[in-house]
Amino acid sequence: MINTKYFLKGFKSIKGVGSPAIALGASFVAIGALLKNLGFSIQESIFSTFLTYALPGSLVMAESMLIGASLINIFIAVWLVNARLYPMTVALMPLLMHENQPRWKYYLSCHFIAVSSWLIMKDNYENIEKENRIDFWIGIGTATWSVAIFSTIIGYVASDFLNKDMLIGLAIVNPIYFICMMIGAMKTIQISLSVVLGAILGPIFYFLSPEWCILFGGFIAGSIAYYAGERNGN
Amino acid sequence: MATNIFIVIIVTSLATYLSRFLGVVSSEKIKETSKIFRWFNCLAYSTLAALIARIVIFPSGSLSEVDYLTRLIVVFLSLTIFYLTKKNLVYPTLFSAIILSIISSYL
Repeated sequence: MINTKYFLKGFKSIKGVGSPAIALGASFVAIGALLKNLGFSIQESIFSTFLTYALPGSLVMAESMLIGASLINIFIAVWLVNARLYPMTVALMPLLMHENQPRWKYYLSCHFIAVSSWLIMKDNYENIEKENRIDFWIGIGTATWSVAIFSTIIGYVASDFLNKDMLIGLAIVNPIYFICMMIGAMKTIQISLSVVLGAILGPIFYFLSPEWCILFGGFIAGSIAYYAGERNGN
Repeated sequence: MATNIFIVIIVTSLATYLSRFLGVVSSEKIKETSKIFRWFNCLAYSTLAALIARIVIFPSGSLSEVDYLTRLIVVFLSLTIFYLTKKNLVYPTLFSAIILSIISSYL
């Protein structure tokens, strides 16, 4: 059903110098501590990372609960902040599609799409034959997802020992990891321009709308990068 | 509130899964060699960059307690380490957490 060789190959991506484990771990430790302070039980905290597995979404959920937002407002706020997962999925899944593979693998494993797993897959897919990519991806996803769940538990249990300064230190790890990974991915005109323009336009659009700045800024930056790349041979 | 936590988690996860699910539905019809695939590839990288830039420049939560300049200096130093260690990701991430904790405890 799932080719173990490729699954394990993907699973092992959490080892080594490119490992996302530290970044993922740091941010989900912080989430675990945050959820505990919000009044979640340990089961609820685990359940939350298990089912959502997208950091900005969990943060928005926590913020919305603090201000007592309604369920529909929480849904919209989380959807907005996680809508970036749509272009990410469309930019990944066609690389993994193969007629010999069952559909359910794609619909289940899309749950593993998060920034770190996505960047690792984008970095490695060319080394794997197309038919086996989905199993390799499920390996990466299972590994990163497990790290996230495990770290949530650690953060929940350790929350009393984490002071404010340590939480601030934990909060910077994930952005640093992502910035390094994105700079490493800048190999074509289109990707380089997308990253640079997105990083400029996203914060600029924040002044117009904090909720929509990521989507608006990203859409315009990505479209400009696409056209510029198409005219100059990608 | 306590009884609502379960429902809030379900709502959050549905709102998140929705984009992933629709992404797979769209992917069924998109070839990796097509123009639309390349466009979405750009959109994915640009929205990610926008998200990360927003987190660093306009953070919410604990990062907002450190001032803007400190955050930028830590980002810059971590990137320098990233290049000095031949693109090792472990050193810059560990460094950033330790240095920022130390700085913020002295400010």
